[in-house]
Amino acid sequence: MPAARQRPVFVRSLRPVAADAPPRILRLYACRVAAGFPSPADDHLEGPLDLNAHLVAHPAATFVVRVAGDSMTGAGIRDGDLLVVDRSREAKSGSIVVAVVDGALTVKRLRVGRREVRLEAENPAYKPIVVREDADFVVWGVVAHAIRSY
Amino acid sequence: MFALVDCNNFYASCERVFRPALEGRPIVVLSNNDGCVVARSAEAKALGIPMAKPWFKIEAALRGQGVAVFSSNYALYGDLSARVMQTLARFCPRLETYSIDESFLDLSGARGDLAALGLEIARTVKQWTGIPVSVGIGPTKTLAKVANRLAKKGRGPSGPVLDWARLPDPRGTLAGLAPEDVWGISARWGTRLRQLGLGHALALAEADPRRLRQAFGVVVERIGRELAGVPCLPLELVPPPRKQILVSRSFGRRLAALDDLRGAVAAFAARAGEKLRRQPLRAPAVTVFLQTSPFAEAEPFYANGATLVLDRPTRDSGKLMHVAQRALERIFRPGLAYQKAGVLLPDLVPAGVEQGLLFSEQPADDPRTDRLMDCLDALNRRPAHRAVRYASELFGDGWRMRQRHKSPAYTTDWAGLPVVWAH
Repeated sequence: MPAARQRPVFVRSLRPVAADAPPRILRLYACRVAAGFPSPADDHLEGPLDLNAHLVAHPAATFVVRVAGDSMTGAGIRDGDLLVVDRSREAKSGSIVVAVVDGALTVKRLRVGRREVRLEAENPAYKPIVVREDADFVVWGVVAHAIRSY
Repeated sequence: MFALVDCNNFYASCERVFRPALEGRPIVVLSNNDGCVVARSAEAKALGIPMAKPWFKIEAALRGQGVAVFSSNYALYGDLSARVMQTLARFCPRLETYSIDESFLDLSGARGDLAALGLEIARTVKQWTGIPVSVGIGPTKTLAKVANRLAKKGRGPSGPVLDWARLPDPRGTLAGLAPEDVWGISARWGTRLRQLGLGHALALAEADPRRLRQAFGVVVERIGRELAGVPCLPLELVPPPRKQILVSRSFGRRLAALDDLRGAVAAFAARAGEKLRRQPLRAPAVTVFLQTSPFAEAEPFYANGATLVLDRPTRDSGKLMHVAQRALERIFRPGLAYQKAGVLLPDLVPAGVEQGLLFSEQPADDPRTDRLMDCLDALNRRPAHRAVRYASELFGDGWRMRQRHKSPAYTTDWAGLPVVWAH
């Protein structure tokens, strides 16, 4: 590419500029051309890393929540962590989910068995919750990422 | 074909998204300063709680009914509204956001079963955002609105969705609809329509459009045609520019001192300037109004307003505030306890059409002022809330709102994030 840019440009015609024409500014290169060698990075310009793009696949459906408690430490989720919850994702067996249990938002691992649905903690100190058919249970959203600050 | 998607009991539903224990409980949301009831959940409506009633008048009677009370949380409602509209835009890019909780979709490109599409829209919005919606589908915006009303009342065969085309008896339905219940018909017009023998929506649909135009003008003529299934109101993809801007509040406690009112009026004028600069408009005048409490029976009621015209239309908050203070001085009476004040920018004009003045006390907005205002707005958009303020906004603080029942800004403030339990 740089070779093509260095090709000399010939002026084909000259014409007077109308006095009332608005001035035009044409930007030819994003970087200054130093002695005919444009930056080789010029054709590969990209924005800086965008954490939103990395963490938020569906902005309309994504919510950030804060964890209180230690029942999910086995899954690497600790007290005070932030969770990025994507409500547009389908919950599958094995997904870490935010579920509504007895009216409270609760983070657990979802296990869908043949006969029952279980919400499992990832800490031996906590027992799994077995969801019976008549129970008040809704998957609020699927946890997509955890964020911890040190 | 059009669909009207309307969020059910929107403010109350927003409060439930992060407090699922409120499912099934009556919820009321109060206006600025915890004044009146502005929104109710279905359960609160069933309790007979009326709209627009001052909360202090009904609070005692509702004790023990398990009513959850919230101050308005516009940061939360605005964010969830934007999420609902974004989700709708995935289904249909041609979308008119009609209000914070309603959007019209242009379904003319859609194929197949529209009621099924409506159900898919309602299911997705609920799953993604937590907000329940009703969907009305019809050949005109007015009929989509009627269909939505019926869907909300549970008249749809398939849950929260109703397609006008599938209604078994559309004429009978219109015959059962009062004129005032049609979108765009005011109570006053309803009374006049009845006097002319047009006592229900079917009569309006079947009336001679020319007769409607002669009696009421083109607006009612169009509504008649739309009820008959002829589209007259296109989708407004770009909202029409606002012709006026109003910023007003009831105060946290009643204010008697001029300095306290100065602080409030300065803050309102600055906020009005901010709203103004979101559009290519300038303000030719500033109105300030204030009033004492209409409920304080022992004291005389005083309400007054003053409008001062600017030499030139402006978008400069500094000028707006200066003129607002002069207007306030004209109407302020000492010895009264004020309950509410506001700043109105009436009759906004597009930037660039204002006339030059030969003899002007006030210089025109110069480009440096424009840049200063842009800079001010950019700073105040940053997370540190209202980072830069005019000094006169810092006069007395007693006017700030009373919001005793406000939920956190769950989605717009790191300090307000919802908590999920791991135990």
